Amino acid sequence: MIRDEDLNLLIEELFSLYGYDFSNYAKASLRRRVNRLMVVDRFPSFAELLHRVKRDPDYLTRVVEEFTVNVTEMFRDPGLFRTIRETVLPVLATRPFIRIWHAGCATGEEVYSMAILLEEANLLHKSLLYATDLNPSVIENIKRGIFPMSQMKLYSENYILSGGKQDFSSYYTAKYDWAKFDERLKTKMIVATHNLVSDRSFNEFGLIFCRNVLIYFDKHLQDRVLTLFDSSLEKLGFLVLGARENIRFSGIAGKFRQLDNKEKIWRKIM
Amino acid sequence: MAQNNVDRYKLVVIGGSAGSLDIMLRIVADLPIHSPASFVIVLHRKSGQPSVLTALLADKTKLPVKDVEDKEPILPGTIYVAPCDYHLLLEEDHTFSLDVSEKVHYSRPSIDVTFESAAPLYKDALVGILLSGANADGAEGMKAIAQHGGFTIVQQPDTAEIGYMPQQALNIMAASRVLDGLEISHFLHELLSAETPTGLHH
Repeated sequence: MIRDEDLNLLIEELFSLYGYDFSNYAKASLRRRVNRLMVVDRFPSFAELLHRVKRDPDYLTRVVEEFTVNVTEMFRDPGLFRTIRETVLPVLATRPFIRIWHAGCATGEEVYSMAILLEEANLLHKSLLYATDLNPSVIENIKRGIFPMSQMKLYSENYILSGGKQDFSSYYTAKYDWAKFDERLKTKMIVATHNLVSDRSFNEFGLIFCRNVLIYFDKHLQDRVLTLFDSSLEKLGFLVLGARENIRFSGIAGKFRQLDNKEKIWRKIM
Repeated sequence: MAQNNVDRYKLVVIGGSAGSLDIMLRIVADLPIHSPASFVIVLHRKSGQPSVLTALLADKTKLPVKDVEDKEPILPGTIYVAPCDYHLLLEEDHTFSLDVSEKVHYSRPSIDVTFESAAPLYKDALVGILLSGANADGAEGMKAIAQHGGFTIVQQPDTAEIGYMPQQALNIMAASRVLDGLEISHFLHELLSAETPTGLHH
């Protein structure tokens, strides 16, 4: 395992050279990412990794990709999506306009899931889905709307568990190993890079998703990002976190109330 | 000479896969109620299913059993279960953190990830236990615990329902103890209790 001082050195270089600030990332996880990078890209020593990072700006993309974990799936935690379908969307439906922010959306499976829910609730026409991630390469995937065919069985099962009534395969066209999702689903998506560590709020939203992103941050940074979400939410807006995440220990806890069914959805009450 | 072990071990990590549940339940049932140690359980199981494991374990003991949430503080006398579909890591400030990065040995949670993260933090105050399984996960983790001076217990592969996993560990490290599955819970109880357990020459 990489030594603490080496890890700190790498963090400093990434910030001073490229402006990416990983200093408030959870250390145990970040250390594993660096170790993995060294194994996968076959660096014989930490010094050689550091040298590459300093001398080869193109390699930065690769580092950011490896440091920011991009595991996601459609309708992940189906019970959560069922609650959004049954409890959250009826509330949002009463508004003239629905803005949703998927913060740290990785390759966009969640954004497509949400677009499907909105379409089924006949709300997509008055919605905008903002999909942002730190990593420029993964968000290209959202624009393409192409996902591995091998995942469709799981996504279809998730979709049904989330209360979906359609034939899930009607949302995509299969071609060899890939499923291309219907163009109409992405007409309301706005895709951009956004760094939760350094960038500010850019709009007011009725619903913010940020699932399995905060787990990579230390408590201090979590608190800052949750404050950013608080200031980006409309009154009575909803905040959705990952299955094992909680706002309990954060400064915004008192301003939010978790939904009664204990899904990881909090409503801004003040 | 009897040595006081009560305060010696701060953390016990237990890893298991196929065929380990019964032993795991027995271990938990036999834990000393007033132990100041914390316990972490990493058990491979089908992903996506809501965890029934926590409820099963809670049935066996008076100690609190928790499905870990991100940044939760690690408290004494508490049993923590690595949640489905997350790796469980330990931070220097004695909190847990979670991670959904790629599977290790086809597993998330991975035993290696948790054990390797605990080993340098808890050093000789750590007990690592590896049980039955059909997978090589846990071997590197046990090795790391041993290298940092922790106490290691491997289930005797012959007596395990599936001996592959403990055998993988024994192939790369020397365990402090190799025990029959039925002996582990008794041994651990003794290890965490006031007196040096019978037959322990550590």
